[in-house]
Amino acid sequence: MSTNTMVRNGLLVLSGAMMLLSLYLIFRWVPTEKNLGVSQRIFYFHVPLAWAGFLAFFFVMVGSVGYLWKRTDGWDHMAYSAVEIGVLFTTLMLITGILWAKPVWEVWWTWDPRLTTSLILWLIYVAYLMLRAYSPRGEQGARYAAVLGIAGFFDVPIVYLSIHWWRTVHPEAVVGPAATSNLYSAMFITLMISVVTFTLLFICLLLERLSLRRSEHELEAARDLVETLR
Amino acid sequence: MTGFWATVSALVWKDIRAELRTKDVVISVLTFALLSLVIFNFALRPSPQVIPIVAPGVLWVAFTFAGVLGLTRTFVLEKDRGNLEGLLLTPTSREAIYVGKMLGSLVFMLVAEVVVLPLFAVLFNLSPFRPGLLLVMLLTTIGFTAVGTLFSAIAINTRSREIMLPMLLLPLVVPVIIAAVVASGTALEGGSWSEMAKWLQLIAVFDVLALVFSAFAFEQVLQE
Repeated sequence: MSTNTMVRNGLLVLSGAMMLLSLYLIFRWVPTEKNLGVSQRIFYFHVPLAWAGFLAFFFVMVGSVGYLWKRTDGWDHMAYSAVEIGVLFTTLMLITGILWAKPVWEVWWTWDPRLTTSLILWLIYVAYLMLRAYSPRGEQGARYAAVLGIAGFFDVPIVYLSIHWWRTVHPEAVVGPAATSNLYSAMFITLMISVVTFTLLFICLLLERLSLRRSEHELEAARDLVETLR
Repeated sequence: MTGFWATVSALVWKDIRAELRTKDVVISVLTFALLSLVIFNFALRPSPQVIPIVAPGVLWVAFTFAGVLGLTRTFVLEKDRGNLEGLLLTPTSREAIYVGKMLGSLVFMLVAEVVVLPLFAVLFNLSPFRPGLLLVMLLTTIGFTAVGTLFSAIAINTRSREIMLPMLLLPLVVPVIIAAVVASGTALEGGSWSEMAKWLQLIAVFDVLALVFSAFAFEQVLQE
């Protein structure tokens, strides 16, 4: 077994154990929130998913800059893999958010800056995946994607600012970041452990996807070689 | 620097002359924008009280979608006749090609907008000739075409280019669309400059960032 595989397996076991611990803390250990009731427990998934999604898109930006600068496939593989996982996490973040908004805010969706920005963010990286699918294979497609990976990342703060100005009156954090400041300590511990768990899960998935992408890349190169020799 | 602007103006003139012969872009953008205004009228059935609220949104949806349609055409002629390869072989900087193509699209879109605006005024019973609105249109169209030219160059090399351009462009230009709608609403109601200042600044900052980023990124896109 190579070191790479050992690291990946180790991470898989570790994040699996942490996931079990998080589930125990979230569903058994942490007390139910007084005002919001049991639905507040989704918060311990929603926030870590959002964090891991944003972390993934940060990796996309770094990978994209690295690729345009160094032109080595490794950077591109990292960016592409991180987008796939980031889109997965942000999709789950949006779904858990919608599910939670209904009992708490009595609407599925409000056009609040944070919600709207998350949706635009999600759309940008879904467009990234579409661009990868429709671009020519290889180096050209990687360059196009890198341009979008950088533009998308730096556009998001401007999107947030514009929506914030547009919706100056919004239901300011009945729950969410404003509420975290006075979180009861057991809730804070649960949240932090859940954040660590999802970060580990992200790294674990990223390494798996990277290894798979490298194999895909080698296979493609081998196939091209066979085509030229034929 | 004079060489740079000589190249840019040569490129813009080339596009304007080609456009004067075919009138493809301006006519299609104009007709599409007009059609959207008519469809919106059916969709929203705005009463006189509602018109001030919905009109700026209607105007910018029409401009945005029509603009995407026009930007899709930016590189079609260059690509189909192999002109782009020729351009890349000449000793011109990629920035000059970008600025030239961007200014061409900007001119076509502004011409279409200026024609659509009085029609919009008639159809929605508004008096739109306010300097504030014209400034919003100019600044927003600069930002829109700055990003649009870059992603048009990307979309032209993908399969199903017609769907790829709006998918890439629209999420990125959300800030300027929001700012344009709010600022146009203020201008149409005869609001003061100070009420619009915040939004005009946002659009201006976006324009500068979009132009700088796109000029750099264009070089990465056009390498063959």
